[in-house]
Amino acid sequence: MANDAAISPKLAFEVEKLTKTYGEGRSAVHALRGADLEVGDGEIVVLLGPSGSGKSTLLNILGGLDRATSGSVLFKSQNLTEMNDRELTLYRRRHVGFVFQFYNLMPSLTARENVELVTEIAENPITAEEALSLVGLTKRIDHFPAQLSGGEQQRVAIARAIAKQPDVLFCDEPTGALDSTTGRAVLRVLQDVNEALGTTVLIITHAAATAAMADRVIHFADGQINKVELNEVRASAEEIHW
Amino acid sequence: MKPLHAKLMRDLWRIKAQAMAIMVVIGIGVALQIMMSGFVASLTQTRDAYYERHQLADIFAPVVRAPNYVLGRLTEISGIRTVETRISSIASINLAGQDSPISARLLSLPLNGRRHLNEVRLSDGRFPNVQRPEEVMLLESFASAHQIVPGDRIEVTLNGSRRQFDVVGTAQSPEFIYFAAPGELIPDDARFAVIWMGRPALAAAMNLEGAFNEVLVSLLRGANKNAVLDRLDQELESFGTPGAFGLEDFSSDRFLSEEISGLAVTASTVPPVFMAVAAFLLYIVTSRMVRSEREEIGLIKAFGYSDTEVASHYLQLVLIIAVMGAALGCLLGVSLGRAMVPIYTTYYKLPFLIFRLEVASFVSGMLISISVASLGGFLALKGIFRLTPAEAMRPPTPPDFSKSISFQGALIRRLDQPTRMVLRRILRQPWRMLGAIIGISAGMALSLAMLIIYDGFDEAIDQTFNVIDRSDATVSFVSNAPQKVLYELGRLSGVEHVEPVRFVPVVFRNGVRSYKGTITGLGPEPVLNRALDSDLKPISLPKEGIVLSTPLADILSVSIGDDLTLEIREGQQPHVVTRVAGIADSLLGSPAFMDLTSLSRQIRTPGHLSGAFISVEDGWQSSVYAALKDMPAVAGISQRTEAERAFQKVMDQGAGSARFIMGFMAFAITFGIVYNVARVAQDESARDLASLRVMGFSHAEAVFVLLGELAVVTLIAIPIGLSLGTSFSHIIAAGFSTDLYQIPVVFAPKAYGSSIAVVVFATAFSGWLVQRGIRRTDITLALKSRE
Ligand SMILES: Nc1ncnc2c1ncn2[C@@H]1O[C@H](COP(=O)(O)OP(=O)(O)OP(=O)(O)O)[C@@H](O)[C@H]1O
Ligand SMILES: [Mg+2]
Repeated sequence: MANDAAISPKLAFEVEKLTKTYGEGRSAVHALRGADLEVGDGEIVVLLGPSGSGKSTLLNILGGLDRATSGSVLFKSQNLTEMNDRELTLYRRRHVGFVFQFYNLMPSLTARENVELVTEIAENPITAEEALSLVGLTKRIDHFPAQLSGGEQQRVAIARAIAKQPDVLFCDEPTGALDSTTGRAVLRVLQDVNEALGTTVLIITHAAATAAMADRVIHFADGQINKVELNEVRASAEEIHW
Repeated sequence: MKPLHAKLMRDLWRIKAQAMAIMVVIGIGVALQIMMSGFVASLTQTRDAYYERHQLADIFAPVVRAPNYVLGRLTEISGIRTVETRISSIASINLAGQDSPISARLLSLPLNGRRHLNEVRLSDGRFPNVQRPEEVMLLESFASAHQIVPGDRIEVTLNGSRRQFDVVGTAQSPEFIYFAAPGELIPDDARFAVIWMGRPALAAAMNLEGAFNEVLVSLLRGANKNAVLDRLDQELESFGTPGAFGLEDFSSDRFLSEEISGLAVTASTVPPVFMAVAAFLLYIVTSRMVRSEREEIGLIKAFGYSDTEVASHYLQLVLIIAVMGAALGCLLGVSLGRAMVPIYTTYYKLPFLIFRLEVASFVSGMLISISVASLGGFLALKGIFRLTPAEAMRPPTPPDFSKSISFQGALIRRLDQPTRMVLRRILRQPWRMLGAIIGISAGMALSLAMLIIYDGFDEAIDQTFNVIDRSDATVSFVSNAPQKVLYELGRLSGVEHVEPVRFVPVVFRNGVRSYKGTITGLGPEPVLNRALDSDLKPISLPKEGIVLSTPLADILSVSIGDDLTLEIREGQQPHVVTRVAGIADSLLGSPAFMDLTSLSRQIRTPGHLSGAFISVEDGWQSSVYAALKDMPAVAGISQRTEAERAFQKVMDQGAGSARFIMGFMAFAITFGIVYNVARVAQDESARDLASLRVMGFSHAEAVFVLLGELAVVTLIAIPIGLSLGTSFSHIIAAGFSTDLYQIPVVFAPKAYGSSIAVVVFATAFSGWLVQRGIRRTDITLALKSRE
């Protein structure tokens, strides 16, 4: 597997004129107003932008969690916008790992079981224990979400996303609740996954410094893409400070 | 364990109290169905087995006197398997300490010990020695009602002379499972006796040596019963038969069959009402339970679980509750059924009763719970599956309160924040509230209906014994006494009023419909025992025509002005066509009334009386009854107080007894529903309440938001429950009414008040439980996640 965008010009995502409107009429909210975007296979992509600019909306659509209002999304030549519910389910099951902005752990399951919920139906997962030790949570493996701190819950969510070894990893503010040391460790894990397995990683963050570790940095404003930067050289997670 | 299984188990554990409440409600619905259908099946099968084991005759043919050789001719009738003869007679037992003599059936026991028809079943002691004329055997229920045991002696007036007999045994018989004394409607153990004795002794006493006066016949399988009846009538005509009749017209079997069919009606009407209420609750709760898991469902789907996998997980949750509830109900139904067996065996004089689980009702109960729970879960899931995972997962969008326009006014600003929240919660989700309202009102309706039914039973007794029959006693005369006995009665000091009555056995016939019953002939303008119309006003009996009670008119399908054939079963047995002149209200039996003079003329035996109703001055009772006991024309006395006691017993221990269990079940269901509604509301608003607490509202203020909603829902539910309960009570009253007695629906302010009290109490108690639950939850926990 290639981990170098230059050697592998294949695209993971091709997004064209993507729009998403919530609601109708006067109360309609245009969360995306025609976004065009390319993501190379095996890239680390960082999405930056002010609150409410449509980052989460884009990620949800790319991850098959939501439907666009118009436009198209190609995932390795499959058109997500034309898929029916069953195909979208299979897409999420086979290719996608998610870290949600609000962690979204299952309250009645322990940390380990939350991870197993995903590995259970994955094709080539690592064990829940391995995944949790990657995020440094070996000691709290049998705790319930309510017994974990916010940062710990976030790390469980990351372990859950990487455990299935997905093709694409979507992370909505994965370090939002973490101190900088733990945050760096988490970014390290994401970078490792990317390098070892060639996983495409999309990270939403408010910490602009994170952009240094990306191949591609996408700047969002008001439902549109303002600017795309390509980094020749990626920084390693340890070099990032915020 | 797979993570989804772990989730299932923990979710079940988390909602255990609520799950239990649902299981109780659905369980009660199923239990009632199983218990009631089990009684019907058990009684029917026990009766059939008892009849078969003791070879109860299919046909009874009384004659006045026929020589023994006639038996030979009867055996040749085709279709007959066994034919036997016996001697049957009436006697009276004089018991010390009894005001009045008790009339008894005397029956001969066959000579040898071979298998014979209408075998008796020894309860205590031994069979009489046929060589010893003084040895007799007594019906067990009568013996125990008077504490007579083998070894005791009884005095019997037999064919005019007093004789002493030794009781050597007591016995039960399939012939006398359920029996009322002659001329009485209600079975009373203490007043119905059967004496079995050796045939030679009885024949000697009755001057029937070498003869018999009753024929018993059992039929071959598939025999034409009517043809056999006709042939028997022909053969026995010259020996004075009033007509052979089948077992179905035999009083014991008829009473028992009426009780069983009454119970069957109850079993098929009342439990479904309970089940419907339980099913409705199950539907509401399962759908709301699934709906409250919206975010989890979105999340599981986000991971790539398919709709089918998600649906099967949640359906498992609701089905476990539904199936466990139904299974619990089955267990409860069978245990209750078993526990009631002793009551039924004593009451119905059955030697054994095996409570049977009716598989069909178990299966139907199971199916109803499963399908209702699945439907509730499925519809809720369908709604959630319409959302994309992203939408489903979003923390509940703050509801769009801008739509409740009316709340923007000035008035609303005067209300404090918690009160506004209560009102908004209710107005925002009218459908959810409607479900809760209907649920509570249905639960309340069940309680109310049962309370109304309790009053209905009391009313039936009161109307029968204080309004229709106002006499103190019914005196029955030895076979058709002359008019002058009335004057003798009237002359007794202490007797206030005497009214004649004549009972005539008859078959009413209207085309294909017929009914074997009795015509009651009453004197002009009676005051003690009257025919009353539906407004309880006395009907004055016309000089021509007959007045039928409502149930009888229904059975025969006739109304006022129709013609009706009366096949008199007495004397010359004439057939008479008469006109239905009126309809009388009756809650007890299916009587028919005629003017005494007109009745006597119709049957061509004027002047004969069966008995009299009397009223007695206070303080004179014992002297009047003592005097009556010595009058040769008097066969028996039925005191109203005793009859009322017997009727009460029929209602409390027979088919009506189930009402006590049902009442209790109705209360349990009412409580279960209210508690469920409170719990669901608590779950749904846990986050809001925690937020309120975090913002600095007190526990009481937070609880107020939740309980305020519950209170409003209950207040709206009460009037609906009152009217729904009144409708239910009509269904249930019809279900409890049998051919023997009708249960009226009476307007009962007390029942209405009590049912409101039940609901208010259930609400207050549920509210208390719920607020205790809220107090115990850590507010920070509730903010972090649901639990
Ligand atoms: N379900 C919804 N209904 C209506 N509007 C919505 C909905 N979800 C998001 N929006 C709106 O769409 C816009 C984009 O939302 P989005 O969640 O994508 O923002 P974001 O860039 O992720 O912001 P943040 O950094 O705060 O997470 C916002 O204006 C938001 O209010
Ligand atoms: Mg966002």
